[in-house]
Amino acid sequence: MSGKDEAELSRLMRAAIAGDERAYADFLHRIAALVRGFARRKIVQGGVDPEDVVQETLLAIHVKRHTWRQDAPVLPWIYAIARFKVIDAFRRRGRRIEIDVDDIAETFAEPETETVSERDINRALDSLSPAQRSVVSAVSVEGRSIGETAAKFGISETAVRVSLHRGLAAIAKRFGQGRFGRE
Amino acid sequence: MRTDDLIKALDADASSKAIPLLSAWWLAAGAGAVIAAVVFLLTIGPRPDFMAAAHTMRFLSKFVFTIVLAVSAFALIRALSTPGASTGRAMAWMAAAPVLVAVAVLLELFMVPEALWGTRMVGSNMMLCMGFIPLIGIGPLAIFLWMLRYGAPTRPVLAGAVAGLLAGGLAATFYAAHCFDDSPLFVATWYTTAIAALALLGALGGRFFIRW
Repeated sequence: MSGKDEAELSRLMRAAIAGDERAYADFLHRIAALVRGFARRKIVQGGVDPEDVVQETLLAIHVKRHTWRQDAPVLPWIYAIARFKVIDAFRRRGRRIEIDVDDIAETFAEPETETVSERDINRALDSLSPAQRSVVSAVSVEGRSIGETAAKFGISETAVRVSLHRGLAAIAKRFGQGRFGRE
Repeated sequence: MRTDDLIKALDADASSKAIPLLSAWWLAAGAGAVIAAVVFLLTIGPRPDFMAAAHTMRFLSKFVFTIVLAVSAFALIRALSTPGASTGRAMAWMAAAPVLVAVAVLLELFMVPEALWGTRMVGSNMMLCMGFIPLIGIGPLAIFLWMLRYGAPTRPVLAGAVAGLLAGGLAATFYAAHCFDDSPLFVATWYTTAIAALALLGALGGRFFIRW
């Protein structure tokens, strides 16, 4: 993590907020790697899967991106959200964890690895309404564009965007409430 | 779902827009002030001798306390609802209103004979104060808690308490225009208690209502 990272990530995020999807994809991939490095370093005990925390953090960053001040550095904002999500993951399991703010300086980006365990996000996906679930799955797992998804279900692109947005917001909300479909 | 797949979905949703949090806070403050003003005017309203009282130091000092509290709480809550924002300076400013009240109390104790301290403190309408500050503040508090949900407070209980202080400062500013008890001894006792009740309510709201 360096000043160069900070400048580049802030630039990408500003471009993304202005509507540049490619910049946003680039931004999300980079911060996913950084947050993964952070989560794996913090989560050494069992019970919490770091990749679940990475996904929760990415969703929170997405639905809360209006809380970033465009003239402020973006990394402290990202790590504050990641730290909150790690602590929350432990709290839900009845444990406490202290995270030193300075620790983030030693974080390195790490690639995603395949796992066999089922993701929390799949259970959250199952809780969506059928329309939202099929749109979110088409755009994510099946990798279709908004236009392709609209054609597949015979609905307008606007309807796809609305279902996608509401579906993602519902998953983020569910994570925030600590509900993962196990109850 | 793999993380790369999730990123595809987030990216496809990149065009969704939301009002920047710090701008939304101004709207919330405006809405809170309007609600407080409406409740105040429909219930108790300003005291009849408002214009005459406005020439006395004690009466004016009440507004200084409550407005300083509201402004410092507003600055702090904006920082607390933004992840990674530094809160140290805004936190230090929260001491301003209590320090001003403490100084005013000391001055009052010097100026007023000891025999009158008790009467000044108890005042004439403390129950009204304890009832109306929370009543005027409850609407704004609901708006501010809702704003905290819109934001991303990493310390929700503290943020909720500060929402209560902000609502309390706002409500007390209106209430002060009605209240006949202008002594700092009264303000330090009853205004503080009423505002603390809103802060406690806010902290509870932060604990149970603010999840993200």
